[in-house]
Amino acid sequence: MKKLLLALLMVAILGFSAFAGNMTVGLSVSTLNNPFFVILRDGAIEQSKILEVELVVMDAQNDPAKQVSDIEDLIQQKVDVILLNPTDADALVPAVEEANIAGIPLLTIDRSVSGGDVALHIASDNVKGGEMAAAYTVEQLGEKGVVVELEGITGASAARERGEGFDTYIAKFSGIKLAAKQTADFDRAKGMSVMENILQAQPKIDAIFAQNDEMALGAIQAIKAANRQGEMFVVGFDAVPDALDAVKAGDMKATVAQQPWMMGVLGVMNGYLVVNGVELGVEFIPVPLKLILE
Amino acid sequence: MKNSRLQDIIRQYGILIGLAGLMIVFSVLSERFFTISNMLIVLRQTSIVAFLAFGMTFVIIGAGIDLSVGSVLAFSGAVGAGVMQGGNVFLGILAGLAMGAVLGFFSGLVITKLRIPAFIATLAMMAIARGGTLVYTDGRPITGLPSTFAFLGRGYISRIPFPIILMMTVFFIAYIILKLTRFGRYVYATGGNINAARASGIKVQNIIIANFTISGLLSGLSGIILASRLNSAQPTAGLGYELDAIAAVVLGGTNLFGGEGELWGTLVGAFIMGILNNGLNMLNVSSFYQQVVKGIVILIAVTVAQSGKK
Repeated sequence: MKKLLLALLMVAILGFSAFAGNMTVGLSVSTLNNPFFVILRDGAIEQSKILEVELVVMDAQNDPAKQVSDIEDLIQQKVDVILLNPTDADALVPAVEEANIAGIPLLTIDRSVSGGDVALHIASDNVKGGEMAAAYTVEQLGEKGVVVELEGITGASAARERGEGFDTYIAKFSGIKLAAKQTADFDRAKGMSVMENILQAQPKIDAIFAQNDEMALGAIQAIKAANRQGEMFVVGFDAVPDALDAVKAGDMKATVAQQPWMMGVLGVMNGYLVVNGVELGVEFIPVPLKLILE
Repeated sequence: MKNSRLQDIIRQYGILIGLAGLMIVFSVLSERFFTISNMLIVLRQTSIVAFLAFGMTFVIIGAGIDLSVGSVLAFSGAVGAGVMQGGNVFLGILAGLAMGAVLGFFSGLVITKLRIPAFIATLAMMAIARGGTLVYTDGRPITGLPSTFAFLGRGYISRIPFPIILMMTVFFIAYIILKLTRFGRYVYATGGNINAARASGIKVQNIIIANFTISGLLSGLSGIILASRLNSAQPTAGLGYELDAIAAVVLGGTNLFGGEGELWGTLVGAFIMGILNNGLNMLNVSSFYQQVVKGIVILIAVTVAQSGKK
């Protein structure tokens, strides 16, 4: 946090004095068909205005191949720095290497890449988020109960990591039984239909962990329709506005909050510093997670 | 008389006029667009969809449609990458190509022997191959591929990216097959009028099976090249690419109902799709509008092409 404040302070000083001129920042987002990344982008836009840099935003639409092309296009445009929110850790390595060859510094946001030279990684720890949700669930259940997990898009890193954090944590408690674990593709409608099926199959459920809020909100609809809301509680992930309302209304027990706005802001800010030759001294800036309760 | 000749010219070469128009617009609006390095990048980006579209051209001229190419791409790439992890790049490439060809051959069999419409048969294959990919990869990307494999997607032969050379090679082979062989003529005949073709002694079922096998094989090739470009086989690779491939074929002037079409048109069509993606990126057009623009361009192109028809 201290480093963060320091960085903010530096930007404030530098921003008003030393560097004028037109810097271009390229931001390649995994998908804008998800409020989380839209907020991230908006944070980046806001910070670009403050720093008076030009921001070029590209949307990979969750396709690693398109994202590689987007990065190539950014390199052709000769942007000064690239902020990459990768669709996949391995698939983007060749693109990162191309940026390295072109001498354009590259920062990763929210998700990492498995190779190439990255100037800085800015993210929340999804595994830790899964653990937080698990710890809260286990505590609420008094270390005993039947748990259901709704998984995100099979193969997506966020789904893998959140699941890993949650599963590893609850495995430590013999009283907790993971009765069902099904994918609902991070989608609200699928969250509802998958939950309907699980409710049919499972006579007793104490808690549901959904790897994102959209699925959690869908599951809540299914639980209400089955009139079983007194029996179980739901924990989500992402803290999107609808989920915050649901937590306030008591429909959702808790949600793990990331701070996408902060990610976008930090991305542009640190990109700005890197281009201006500031030695950051760190390779990773963690964006804190927090558990939102009613 | 003169009017109809003009219409003929528009129909045949309208796509080239469209391409030139797009190039001029983008060149004027962005100074970085019309450079050798950027054009090479566009061509390399185009190659993935171009392979799919070449195969799709055979299928569509033969009055079929192949919705499975994106999924077959993913499955072939995954199987190729999986085999390659054993260390043998060549064997992996062969496995990927074979996987694609077998899946295409199977679609062809279902269409001809079970008399299921191509739309339905390949829709089923789209689901089967995507599901198969997820089962095979367990939903995770396959990584740790041998470093020599990188050449296919990322290598250069005297400054020309290898995928471009491969794309042109495949183009010429496919062009020769379609234009200069008896098989090629039979493809046109089958798509033009299947009953007439059958009556004149063409084994139309074999032609259709061959078309889908070619489409599968080229989808496999595309999957291998994409895996090399991405340094990994992605379970979600090629999602929605069937539509890009069909759009490239239709942009290129091939009749969706079969019987007529040109492979060079498909090549230009695929290039136009690539130019649009790249040019709109260069102009920093919001990605939401990019999709709208792409849709409108396709509509205009097809409208122009149809206006040339009687």
